[in-house]
Amino acid sequence: MLKILKYSFYDLMRSRWSYVYFFFYLLLGVVLLFLNNNLSKAVITLMNVIITLVPLIGTIFGVMYYYNSKEFSELLLAQPIKRTSIFIGQYLGVALSLSMSLILGLGLPFVFYGIFMSSAIWDFTLLLVTGTFLTLIFTALAFNIALSNENKIKGFGYAILLWLFLAVIYDGIFLMSLVFFEDYPLDKLSLIGTMFNPIDLSRILILLKLDISALLGYTGAVFKQFFGTNFGLIISITVLSLWVIIPTYFIKRKAERKDF
Amino acid sequence: MAQTLEVCSNCENKTIKEAISKANKHDTILVKRGTYKEYNIIIDKPLTLIGEDYPIIDGENKGEIISIHADSVTVDGLHIINVGTSYTSDYAAIRVVKKKHFVIQNLKLEKLFFGIYLEKSQYGKVLNNQIMGDAVEEYNSGNGIQLWHCKNIDIDGNTVTNVRDGIYLEFSDFCTITNNVSKNNIRYGLHFMFSNDDLYKNNRFENNGAGVAVMFSKRIKMHYNIFKDNWGSASYGVLLKEINDSEIIGNTFETNTIGINIEGTNRMVYKNNDFIGNGWAIKFRGACYTNNFTHNNFMYNSFDLAYNSRLNDNKFDNNYWSSYAGYDLDKNGTGDIPYRPVKLFSYIVNRTPETIILLRSLFIDIIDFSEKVSPVFTPDNLLDNHPQMKPLSNDQN
Repeated sequence: MLKILKYSFYDLMRSRWSYVYFFFYLLLGVVLLFLNNNLSKAVITLMNVIITLVPLIGTIFGVMYYYNSKEFSELLLAQPIKRTSIFIGQYLGVALSLSMSLILGLGLPFVFYGIFMSSAIWDFTLLLVTGTFLTLIFTALAFNIALSNENKIKGFGYAILLWLFLAVIYDGIFLMSLVFFEDYPLDKLSLIGTMFNPIDLSRILILLKLDISALLGYTGAVFKQFFGTNFGLIISITVLSLWVIIPTYFIKRKAERKDF
Repeated sequence: MAQTLEVCSNCENKTIKEAISKANKHDTILVKRGTYKEYNIIIDKPLTLIGEDYPIIDGENKGEIISIHADSVTVDGLHIINVGTSYTSDYAAIRVVKKKHFVIQNLKLEKLFFGIYLEKSQYGKVLNNQIMGDAVEEYNSGNGIQLWHCKNIDIDGNTVTNVRDGIYLEFSDFCTITNNVSKNNIRYGLHFMFSNDDLYKNNRFENNGAGVAVMFSKRIKMHYNIFKDNWGSASYGVLLKEINDSEIIGNTFETNTIGINIEGTNRMVYKNNDFIGNGWAIKFRGACYTNNFTHNNFMYNSFDLAYNSRLNDNKFDNNYWSSYAGYDLDKNGTGDIPYRPVKLFSYIVNRTPETIILLRSLFIDIIDFSEKVSPVFTPDNLLDNHPQMKPLSNDQN
């Protein structure tokens, strides 16, 4: 598995897209710091970018990589290698190279700007951690979609739909249900609602760490009581990890049963 | 003939009380440098009490320190510490009861319960005092400067920090509060109720627990004050409740959770104010009619305006809104299409506060945009017909 991981990783590292992705984040970081001159404000703007773009790129990249390397995978399948190691290796290769582009691309400008001296270091670390989690989650979901769809167009379609659902439609349904049930106490419901969507969970985790959390008022206080404690943080990290582990397990299962 | 009595450790008068008892009307008592362990000093005749090089009067937490029970008393240049704390009577460093023409100036007050407490007094001046409390909790701390049933008092150039309410007025009319700094107080920087015809000018209210609360008053003028960093889930730059026929002009509201919270407030003028980087610049809570907002700057607030009804009788005109995305084809400096300050999300949040957790979600940006293009939920006539293209350079005094 490690060999496949290494191969996929180096393969991607040499590819143009990783560089584009890396330079995109590098540019974003530099421009934000240059325009803002304020680390915590830059972190807020970055959050907006990360919670929308990272999942989108993770999904598209995952699907694209699977379809592109399909012939190579089939070649590997003819060799005496475990199926699980081939696909999990490929998945990890993609996810890790994307995460590396993200961490290096954003990390370098902030390090040069002096993030280590700043109090925003923890916010920024949290941002990178959630970014990495989102990459892992959405690449895994993308691999699942690609493994279950032979048709490329269909696969891409489902992948985009998945992103659209979690990034936009889910919040819409969430909002509707909150407005519809406004006569009932909604704190628990909204807590549970955020748990089920990794994008919302990451957004809330970062928001609560920032000054802006004062805007959240009473609901925010309930959230802060939950997420602000170590228990809440552990729960959120666990939920995010589950979001990684469950799709990865499904990759494994699908890979073992699939008829190539 | 008025004479001067000196107080010091090797003078004829060893204590301030002794000097007061010997003094005649209109004498001056000069307190030399040193520490005087005294409390319950009662000034019962018109005197001038002056400290030289800030002599320390230590009340040893036993009770009230100076009470003024005569007209035309001046207290100047003392350093008063250790006022007693009591849950039954409001001990103050200096108290004035039912008197006129007093001047309280250049004092330093530390470790206090109440600072300067004026009761049913008139025509007094409270100038250039420094009040530094060490309040931690609301229930066992007092206010910096408290006025109760007073008239025509000038409060100028004072600095009040770390007490419960920095400046507190109740039933006090025709007072002018100018050039004061009130910050880091655990409740309100300024708090007044039932106090009409007062002027607040060039004051600075910063980082107070709940900001500034003003209630049940008429004909108030608030000019060129700065309300800053009142940030917390229940903090306001200014909370207006039942304030009528007043002016809020030229003030700066910066990084407050809510710039101005307006409730039951009518016929107000808001002009030339700057709202910068607040959570909500203005939040309407209901029963607000004929509030006029003109020539204000609204810059980089998370929400410019929260509004809770579909009926609107408040006017917005000629303001600058940093989130205005219109154009100005005829180059007259005024945008050609009206600006709608209420975002759909801010309307939804007002209805169902729990929805605030969707703040900064992509979905919210999308619905805000669609509401902007064709308003359905927000009041039709709540718009600024002449949004400015450039920030107004509001005269800061």
